[in-house]
Amino acid sequence: MADRPRIKLPKEAKQGEIIQIKTLVSHLMESGQRKDAQGKTIPRKIINKFTCEFNGKAVFACALEPAISANPYIQFDARVDEAGTFKFAWTDDDGTVITAEEKITLKA
Amino acid sequence: MVARYDSLALLTAVALVLSGFAASGQEAERKGIPAPPGHVFKTIISGYEYRSKETRALQDDDLENPGFLAIERATDMWKTVEGSEGKSCMSCHGDAETSMKGVGAAMPKWSEKLNKPVNLEQQINICRSEHMKAEPWAFKSQQLTDMTAFVRNQSRGMPVTVKTDGPMSPWFEKGKQIYYTRVGQLDLACASCHEQNNGKFLRADFLSQGQSNGFPTYRLRDQRLIPLHERFEGCMFDVRGVPYKPLSDEFLALELYVAWRGIGLPVETPSVRN
Repeated sequence: MADRPRIKLPKEAKQGEIIQIKTLVSHLMESGQRKDAQGKTIPRKIINKFTCEFNGKAVFACALEPAISANPYIQFDARVDEAGTFKFAWTDDDGTVITAEEKITLKA
Repeated sequence: MVARYDSLALLTAVALVLSGFAASGQEAERKGIPAPPGHVFKTIISGYEYRSKETRALQDDDLENPGFLAIERATDMWKTVEGSEGKSCMSCHGDAETSMKGVGAAMPKWSEKLNKPVNLEQQINICRSEHMKAEPWAFKSQQLTDMTAFVRNQSRGMPVTVKTDGPMSPWFEKGKQIYYTRVGQLDLACASCHEQNNGKFLRADFLSQGQSNGFPTYRLRDQRLIPLHERFEGCMFDVRGVPYKPLSDEFLALELYVAWRGIGLPVETPSVRN
């Protein structure tokens, strides 16, 4: 399930502009509460942390809990003071990290 | 005791009046398309119109719509070479945006070779086993559902146009018969809910006309794409009947008949439903 995350943000922004960032990542978000056909508990496997950095500075982060449905959609705002790169990271319970990057430039 | 029964009766009457108002208020907002002459409905309405504005918004935004995760997976699969012939879907069909445009809107379609109609899932597996010499995908597998949604998505916005005449007509009649046959312990036919009672509130949801234009559909309940035959199975299970098998002749006939009931509706795949 190494799908590309879906990310939407403007390609360019004015200096100091507040932009909206939308992200959607494909993940099963197995809660750890369900049982399989044999009655055994299916182990928990969720994305437990999401972070967004801009040019190395933290912009947004959140912890995700088992009650969040599959394919978590996260939307937030960020102020853009300079051109640069947004780095997104979704951390799985098993330690794997899904990452993505988007560049943004300043409007002249 | 007498007084208690009276108040109960009054309450029931009030509840009936209220639900009547609620239903008519909702109907006024539901937009449909005029049905062709001889159709069972006057107005054909997509299941989209029966959903809450939040669910509709989720379907309308291609980024937020979780069904597009499947479309993206299948976009890659389209180009993936599999099987002993060394072919991918693309080797024969080229760019899906042009070659698959309108294909999904006209399924199920008559196959001269098999002398029966085939639906999209079956056609994909025929391609895999005959032309790619690859393993066919299992029904309900993520790959088959993703690819079905991907091909259907190329017809998004185009009207559903199934052919029901010629060799298809006995299949159409068979589908119609299944649609109107009561089954299960609850003794309900498809028509009992989706024809006679659509728009009413049942099982914490509004009954739709049971249209198939959005399938495979992302169901929020299941948090994944659901192919049409799995939904048929679900409906039959809910009326406590024994479902037919997915991709069986019975469900194929029903798929054809249900597609005709939504003739002219725009394809919405991947739609988002409860």
